[in-house]
Amino acid sequence: MRLRNTGFIAFITLIGHVLLNFFRATGELCLFLGETIYHCLTPPFYGKALLRQLIEIGFYSLPVVALTTLFAGMVIALQTYTGFSQFSAEGAVAMVVLVAVTRELAPVMAGLMVAGRIGASMAAEIGTMRVTEQIDALSTLSTNPFKYLIAPRVLAGIVMVPVLVFIGDILGICGGYMIGVYKLDFNASTYLINTWEYLKPMDVISGLTKAAVFGFIITALGCYNGYHSKGGAQGVGQATTNAVVSASILILIFNYILTELFFNV
Amino acid sequence: MVFFKTQEETLLPKIRLSHLQKAFGHKKVLAGVDLDVYPGESLVIIGGSGTGKSVTLKCILGLLTPDSGKIEIDGQDIATLPRKEREKATAHIGMLFQNAALFDSLSVWENVAFALLQNKKTSRTEAKKLALQKLAQVGLKKDVADLYPADLSGGMKKRVGLARAIATNPDIIFFDEPTTGLDPIMSDVINDLIVSTVKNLGATALTITHDMKSARKIADRIAMLHEGKIIWMGTVKELDKTKNPYVKQFIAGSAEGPIKMEIKADKA
Repeated sequence: MRLRNTGFIAFITLIGHVLLNFFRATGELCLFLGETIYHCLTPPFYGKALLRQLIEIGFYSLPVVALTTLFAGMVIALQTYTGFSQFSAEGAVAMVVLVAVTRELAPVMAGLMVAGRIGASMAAEIGTMRVTEQIDALSTLSTNPFKYLIAPRVLAGIVMVPVLVFIGDILGICGGYMIGVYKLDFNASTYLINTWEYLKPMDVISGLTKAAVFGFIITALGCYNGYHSKGGAQGVGQATTNAVVSASILILIFNYILTELFFNV
Repeated sequence: MVFFKTQEETLLPKIRLSHLQKAFGHKKVLAGVDLDVYPGESLVIIGGSGTGKSVTLKCILGLLTPDSGKIEIDGQDIATLPRKEREKATAHIGMLFQNAALFDSLSVWENVAFALLQNKKTSRTEAKKLALQKLAQVGLKKDVADLYPADLSGGMKKRVGLARAIATNPDIIFFDEPTTGLDPIMSDVINDLIVSTVKNLGATALTITHDMKSARKIADRIAMLHEGKIIWMGTVKELDKTKNPYVKQFIAGSAEGPIKMEIKADKA
C-alpha cells in the first residue's frame, strides 16, 4: 500500500514537472517573441544585415522551393486525374491544381523547406555565436543582439517567404499544366482558360498570408533556439534540431488554424 | 606601476560592488561580493574555476542580473536604472573575452571598428584608419586587417580582441582570463600589452585570471574570490607576505590546503 502511494506521488510529481517546464518554456518563448516584435518595429534598423538576410532567405532558397512546388503541382494534377476520371470529371483538374497549390501546397511545402534550410542555419549560427560569447561581445560593443541579429532575420522571413510562395504558386500551376497538357492530353488553351476562370484572389492572398506567418515562425524559432542554446557543440546541434522540428510542427498547426479562419464554413 | 589613492578617489570608486549575490538554481555562485575598484587602478581577481569570477564580470556588464546587491559605476547604481540608461552606463566598458569572441563573419578591421561602424557617426574609411591604428597599438601589421578571425592564431585573436576592446577608448576595461590557451611567451606579450594599453588609456582595469604570473604583472591590487566571496585583498607585495592559508595554497598551486576542489564541473 505504501509503495503504491509513493509511486502515485512520484507520478503526480512527474506530471507537475512536465507541466511546469512546459509553462516555463512557453513563457520564455512568448517573452522572446514580444521582445523580437518590439525590436523589429523600433529603430535603429540594420539595413545591411537585413539585405543579407533577404538574399539568404529569398534568393538562395529559390531552387529548393521551386523544385518542390513544381513537383507538387505535377503530382496533384496526376492524382486528380486518376481520381476524377472515374466520375468523368477530368475537367476539374485545372481547378483542383489551382486551389490545392495556392491555398495549401505552395505555402506548406515552401514553409517546411525553408524551415529545414533557414531555420536550421539560423539556429546553428546564432547558437555558435552564443557559445563562443559573440552575443555577449555584441552587448559590450553597445549593440543590441535583438536588433542586430534577430530583427533582420525575422523581418526578412516575413517578407521573403511570401515572395517564395508566390513564385511557388506560379511554378506549381505550371507543373500541373505540363502534366495536364503533355501527359494527360488536355487542350492547352482550355486548361489555361479553366485556370484563369477559377483563379480567385482570396486563394492566393490566403496562401501568402500563411506564408508570412510561416516566415515569422521559422525565423523566430530558429533565432530563439540558437539564442538560448548552451553547452558547446552538442548544445548547438540540439538547438538546430529543436528549431526545425518545432517550426515544422507549428507550421502544420497554424496552417490548419489559418485555413479555419480564412475559409470558415 | 604604483597606485596612489587620493582623498577624492577613496570617496568615489569607479566600480563598487556591495553584497552582490547570484544563484543558478540551488547553486549559489556569488554569496555577497564586496569590491571597490578605484579610477586608474588595475585590479585582478584571482580564484579557482567555478568560484564566480566570470559571473561577477557578467553582472557588472549587465549580461546577467544579480539576485541582490548593488553595482555602482561612477556612483550610479546600474541595477535600478532603466534599460537605456543602463546601456549608456555600461557603454564605456571595453571587454576582452576569454577566447576573444571575434565576429567570424566580419574581417579583422571590421571587428576592431565594430562599435564605430554601428553608431554610424564614423565613415567606413575613417573607421578603417582608426582600426589600423588600434591594430598597430597591439603590434599587428596592416596586412592582418583584411583577414578573417578563422585565419588567425590564438595569440593574434587575443590581440585583435584587445584592439576591439580599446577601439572606443573606454574608461573601464575588463579582461577575462587574458592568457588562457596561450604559450608562456605569448602570455607575457599579452600581459605587457595589457599593462601598456591600460596605462596609455588611463583606464580602470578589472582582470579575472587564475594565472598567477599574469596577475603579478598586471595588478596594482589583487583580490581573491573563493566560494562566492572576496576572502583576501592586497597589493602584489602583500600577496607574498600573506599568511592567509587560502591565498598561500592558491599561489603555490598545491592540492593540499583549505581549498578543496570540487570534482563536479561547474560553470565559472
